[in-house]
Amino acid sequence: MSDTYSVEVRITPRQGILDPEGETIARALENLGYAGVNSVRAGRLVRMEVDAASADGARSMVEKMCEELIANPVIEDYEVLVHEGEPVG
Amino acid sequence: MKFGIVRFPGSNCDADVHRAVTEGLGETATYLWHKDHDLEGSDVVVLPGGFSYGDYLRGGAIARFSPIMREVIEFARSGGLTLGICNGFQVLCEARLLPGALVRNRSLRFRCLPVGLKVENTDTPFTSAYDPGQLIHVPIAHGQGQYVAEDDVLDLLESNHRVVVRYVDGNGDPTDAANPNGSARNIAGIVNEAGNILGLMPHPERHSLAVLGETDGLGVFESLRTAVESGSWSPGVTRPDADVPFDSSVPPVGVHT
Repeated sequence: MSDTYSVEVRITPRQGILDPEGETIARALENLGYAGVNSVRAGRLVRMEVDAASADGARSMVEKMCEELIANPVIEDYEVLVHEGEPVG
Repeated sequence: MKFGIVRFPGSNCDADVHRAVTEGLGETATYLWHKDHDLEGSDVVVLPGGFSYGDYLRGGAIARFSPIMREVIEFARSGGLTLGICNGFQVLCEARLLPGALVRNRSLRFRCLPVGLKVENTDTPFTSAYDPGQLIHVPIAHGQGQYVAEDDVLDLLESNHRVVVRYVDGNGDPTDAANPNGSARNIAGIVNEAGNILGLMPHPERHSLAVLGETDGLGVFESLRTAVESGSWSPGVTRPDADVPFDSSVPPVGVHT
């Protein structure tokens, strides 16, 4: 018996890796007059729906996907968020 | 001798490499379709530039799982001469055949212009036709060409002379101004530990025919011919023990199916 889980993967540039996109956004915000933006890191969101026996099973499956394809651990960090039931949004 | 040029959906420098080999060098070249599982007896495998699979996810990330990559990886890991240009360099890094990764240019701009390079190591099958320290002029054309790696990996690359070409100014100095994409230590191209795999962002094929204006890039193809003719760079010759970790600076990769 498996359930459907909605899973989000948040991918961001690894700490220590330059993030020119985030830096550009930060500069643009400053130019727009937003003060107090201390740092911006720009990444990618991957949302998927997966069948698995448990939330833990869904998580470990998606983490494996991240290691193999969705993220490049050399340059990116990722965070896997699992929600039970219908996909969010 | 024969060069095999892999064609992924979105490759766009495959024909340029073909002409560099056939017209510039006067050797045979064949196209290798990404869905096939046959290198057709190629002596050298080239992963050309382009935007394989639309650069979806990351440059080279999807191409790495193409059917033909099973044979390419096997060929490269057993010592076969493998050249990755631009998008091909990205594919080699994604396939963990070379360490590090290529991320967006520091400027966030696509850069398309001839750049100055210094050939730092001529003791490779890709650069033997050049003089040590020779300054050459080769075009780049990329948006994701900033080479990054951990500091200890960079140190290892430097100490093993695996940085083969570096972005330099007219004096041969690796200055910030001469670095078109923000690459760590001005690195433009590296080889693996065994020396049979080269990845580089500049396009030697674009300066390989007189009609293109300059021919500084032809030396890469001449060097490869010399290496193949020497007989010491065939698959299995340099690394008969293919079970050992191929490159200690590259983390192991998941099973390729």
